[in-house]
Amino acid sequence: MKILVCISHVPDTTTKIKFVDNKLDTNGVQFIIGPYDDFALARAVELKEASGGTVTVLNVGTVDTEPSIRKALAIGADNAVRVDAEPTDSLFVAKQIVAHAASENYDMILMGRESSDFNSGLVHGLVGELLGWPSIAPAMKLDVDGSTAKLSREIEGGHEDVEVQLPFVAGCQEPIAEWKIPNMRGIMMARKKPLEVVEAVAVEGVTAYQSFELPEEKGECKMVDADQMDELVGLLKNEARVL
Amino acid sequence: MSVLVFIEADNGVVKKSSLEAVAYGSKVGAVTVVAMGSIEASELAKVGNYGAEKVLHCSDDRLNDGVISATAKLIAEAVGQSGAETVVMSRSSLVDAVAARVAIKIGASVVTNVQDLPDTSNGFVVKRGVFTGKAFAFVSVPDGKKVITVTKNVVQLEPTSSEAAIEEISVAFDDADFGVKRIGVHKQEGDILLPEADLVVSAGRGMKGPENWQMIEDLATTLGAATACSKPVSDMDWRPHHEHVGQTGIKVAPQLYIAVGISGAIQHLAGVNSSKVIVAINKDPEAPFFKAADYGVVGDAFEVVPKLIEAIKK
Repeated sequence: MKILVCISHVPDTTTKIKFVDNKLDTNGVQFIIGPYDDFALARAVELKEASGGTVTVLNVGTVDTEPSIRKALAIGADNAVRVDAEPTDSLFVAKQIVAHAASENYDMILMGRESSDFNSGLVHGLVGELLGWPSIAPAMKLDVDGSTAKLSREIEGGHEDVEVQLPFVAGCQEPIAEWKIPNMRGIMMARKKPLEVVEAVAVEGVTAYQSFELPEEKGECKMVDADQMDELVGLLKNEARVL
Repeated sequence: MSVLVFIEADNGVVKKSSLEAVAYGSKVGAVTVVAMGSIEASELAKVGNYGAEKVLHCSDDRLNDGVISATAKLIAEAVGQSGAETVVMSRSSLVDAVAARVAIKIGASVVTNVQDLPDTSNGFVVKRGVFTGKAFAFVSVPDGKKVITVTKNVVQLEPTSSEAAIEEISVAFDDADFGVKRIGVHKQEGDILLPEADLVVSAGRGMKGPENWQMIEDLATTLGAATACSKPVSDMDWRPHHEHVGQTGIKVAPQLYIAVGISGAIQHLAGVNSSKVIVAINKDPEAPFFKAADYGVVGDAFEVVPKLIEAIKK
């Protein structure tokens, strides 16, 4: 089985978000593999370990993203591709993935359901449509039997089980696999694994991020005595007007 | 501007979030609605109350399964028939997966997670949530076709008595459109769907075990609220994953979010920070949730929640 896993390189989830010159202030920010992408990668490695094949990792990003790519190799990917460009939006990223995947005969392309920086959740659908492949998201279970895959997709109030023929694209989330933490052997081996850097393809007509804004500061939390639940209900009815 | 709004139904009833999308669309331009599967004509006509002029309904039974590719094809076909320039949809597990495919099919720009009406004073600029609710971005969308998905509570519903005309739309589906086959569905019937709920009661490890959840369900039933939980609770299988609220779970935007025995880790707050009002109940006065909440109660959940239920019943 030949699997492509697309990873994003995003600020750590506990990062306090600030902007400088209309861009994320990266000063002191720790970057990680997108948390949803981590699940996709973990499942891809599990599938490879169970049935053989290869896992290729792809990231669209500048040289700054290479620590995340090396971590993915340490977790168990066999080789990596970095499309050398600052991603501008989802369509830009999707077209880079498609340009790489079009000639590689992958059996499936996995990624997170969304990146945790821009949260668009579009890339898996864009890639699927551009390649003419089915796409499934958010996928929380994935098993493969021959040329058929069975996935579980989260829906409101539950989940649905679906069946699809390979190849397909999936946007993954927990609990599709256990997160994997690289061990020392994996880290040493990752240094020797191939990381190919390729030029980006040109993409026109993209959306433009003009400016950013932080949410308004929350006011002081109004404390209510634990014995005064009538008072809390009154506040929710008359002050907050939500009951 | 001509707008096409895709609506979804749950058990034959048009979802409130879909009605919000219709109301949103009607503030942007003249609205045609596209709907699919088994929905009663009387239910469809109601979208007129929220500003839609016409409904294009594809009654093909195969669409009841919410197939991503086929749904995208229907919406693209409806764009062609209605001449719409902008497609509006309310975020859902289906829409999130469909929007991208629609955009490619009709050659549109696509923006998801939109939190306000567009600013059209100089082009078309929308505000969207980024960094998992920790910031907003203003995105300019080029001229031409657009697909946007909106979050809950972006517009207020102000129904009128207008009704929409309904037309059947037929689409020449092929096998590839149904390449993803639904083989089973596991859904708790009768519950208020968490992403749709205006009131949410959520609980965490402070509940000590799944056997204590009846109290949370009683509070939810008393309020007419949906139930939710924190990540550790779903990881320990105390509650199903579809109740897990947070950065890697469901993101909710209810009128009221009551958090019982949840400390308020940043990953949990990322899933609830769009709530209008937050109440935190926790025995630890230092719990981080009190910094994010509007109202706080320091106390033992096992004592506070029954008192709260009684107070609501009065």
